[in-house]
Amino acid sequence: MTDFIHPALLFILGALPIPFLSGSVRKAYLLLIPALAILAVLAMEPGSYGEARFIGQEILIAKVDKLSIVFATVFTIMALIGMVYALHLTDAGQHMAAFVYVGSALGVVFAGDYLTLFLFWEGMAFASAYLVFAQRGGPAIRAGFRYLMVHITGGVVLLGGIISHGLATGSLLFGPIAGGLTNGGMGVGDYLILAGFILNAAVPPLNAWLTDAYPEATVTGAVFMSAFTTKTAVYVLARAFPGTELLVWLGTIMALYGVIYAVLENDCRRLLAYHIVSQVGYMIAGIGIGTEMAVNGAASHAFAHILYKALLFMGAGAVIYVTGRRKLTELGGLYKTMPLTVALYMVGALAISAFPFFSGFVTKSMVIAAAGADHRALVVLALTMASSGTFLHTGLKLPYYMFFGTDRKLEAREPPRNMLIAMGMAAVLCIAIGVFPQPLYALLPYPVDFEPYTGLHVMESLGLLMFTALGFVLFLWALDPEQTISLDTDWFYRKGARAFMWLAERPLARYEQAVSNVSETAALPLLHGAARAGLRLDLAGVDAVVNGIAHSILHGGGRLRRLQTGVVTHYVLAMVVGLIAATVVFVVAWR
Amino acid sequence: MIKPIVHFFGDEQYARPRRRLFYVVLVLIVVADFLVSREHAEYLWDSLPGWSALYGFVSCVLLIFVSKFLGHRVRLMRREDYYD
Repeated sequence: MTDFIHPALLFILGALPIPFLSGSVRKAYLLLIPALAILAVLAMEPGSYGEARFIGQEILIAKVDKLSIVFATVFTIMALIGMVYALHLTDAGQHMAAFVYVGSALGVVFAGDYLTLFLFWEGMAFASAYLVFAQRGGPAIRAGFRYLMVHITGGVVLLGGIISHGLATGSLLFGPIAGGLTNGGMGVGDYLILAGFILNAAVPPLNAWLTDAYPEATVTGAVFMSAFTTKTAVYVLARAFPGTELLVWLGTIMALYGVIYAVLENDCRRLLAYHIVSQVGYMIAGIGIGTEMAVNGAASHAFAHILYKALLFMGAGAVIYVTGRRKLTELGGLYKTMPLTVALYMVGALAISAFPFFSGFVTKSMVIAAAGADHRALVVLALTMASSGTFLHTGLKLPYYMFFGTDRKLEAREPPRNMLIAMGMAAVLCIAIGVFPQPLYALLPYPVDFEPYTGLHVMESLGLLMFTALGFVLFLWALDPEQTISLDTDWFYRKGARAFMWLAERPLARYEQAVSNVSETAALPLLHGAARAGLRLDLAGVDAVVNGIAHSILHGGGRLRRLQTGVVTHYVLAMVVGLIAATVVFVVAWR
Repeated sequence: MIKPIVHFFGDEQYARPRRRLFYVVLVLIVVADFLVSREHAEYLWDSLPGWSALYGFVSCVLLIFVSKFLGHRVRLMRREDYYD
């Protein structure tokens, strides 16, 4: 325990001083903590730390092995890049939420038992919701609430699963569940845990929260969100459910689902969000296949994905930051004023598309090769098709309509320097991983016996991608973005909530009807007499009072409404603070 | 250095050399695909030169038109104020 510093605590406790610092001291501090966390992860030795007993259960705060180190490494690197990108922000709340969010993600990655995992799991949901609320304005607040609702529901399902899993097995230690080989199939609790996990991984039909909320988050918040929630879910699935056949098919469907929706999308960050769904599909499929090579592929793809997806979100975020516009139908011609942003975005686009010498090439191919080695021809074909779709949208359609295409004569400039530096850091890593994959391969949970740079593989990738480009050039006329939104599974709770409200209001309306019927037949004659008597009094005194009250209510209502939007963010901030406090208590009790 | 490259892809005046470069690359890829060693071909299609080019093109076209079909005919695409 001596040389183990839990990086989650570093972030969560490190969030507390942020509001008390200002200016360049705060900036230095915001970079210092992620840098320290990277060092803490590098210095980490595999082992178990912080064993304790809590309500009669074994607790293991931190279990370090190769799988958790892969994710922790990229999480801390990403935290540093994300902080650089957000450095110009003066809003302490967002910085704190980002810290707690990253810390909670790291807490999940090292959690050795389900209770610790659950605590941090919920922490992630609340802290990330703040990053949506912080955008302010009606659509963001509503999307934030939907996001929170979905995650709270998922959390309850997960907790139910954890409890029934604990009752069935007598242990809450977090480890491999599935396979069904060792412990005779999965119980109800295990399925509930799986459901909770795949909700966070945004597996269809539980994917809509992601594409609903991420485009509504703040420019810098979305960068953090694109990295942590889904990849934490990938980690826990890789830990608990490798080799679960269901995941192979869910992952494959997911990879295509994301690219199909991406064709229809007009909002640039929502398009990218659908590509998170698609890319996470490769990881889920890899975990489902469950061979050493496939799990390696999933872990390395998560590593590469976090960096290039953040780079893409940073690029789109820079455009939104500079122009204030987010729809492809309203963007175009920005390459003249933002050439650096274009170039950096394209590095991310080439990396996600798996061009040779970019990071996606050395990781995505590992998943596909693992599917091939496992004799799953259909999966190989579907994932290859999704690769084509990835390049079509992220590499061709989005940059074409955002940066090139019709010149909308927008006033634009390059984004602030810290944003460009952050994008540069991510871009360097995307290329470095692609050119020198060995350090990443050495980090993976299993020994790697895979060579991405064979002549056949390089030529296959180039053929696939460049002829996708040919398809794009020939059918550009069919791809023009349209001013629409796409129905996804969030339809059920967005329209469903309305139906619920209607149901709730109907009995109320009937009751009202009945009351007015009674009053018309029986009470009315009586009231008429009383009314005449009261009229004189009314005219003289009461009217003035009523008018006064009505006026003050009108004013108060307006003020209340203004207060409310503020209160939402404060409310979440309070929860985040409460969470930090809970963690502190937890740590003290553990000591 | 970055600026001229970005402008090469954007400016109208380079449209012709851009297109020419693109077609040359496509031809080179197909030619190279015939020359590359195919000892490790796992599936039938791996041993066909030009397969990945064909598959990429077909995938791209399929994705565009299937998605647009779903968007327009199955009515996945709605007006922006649909939920308001």
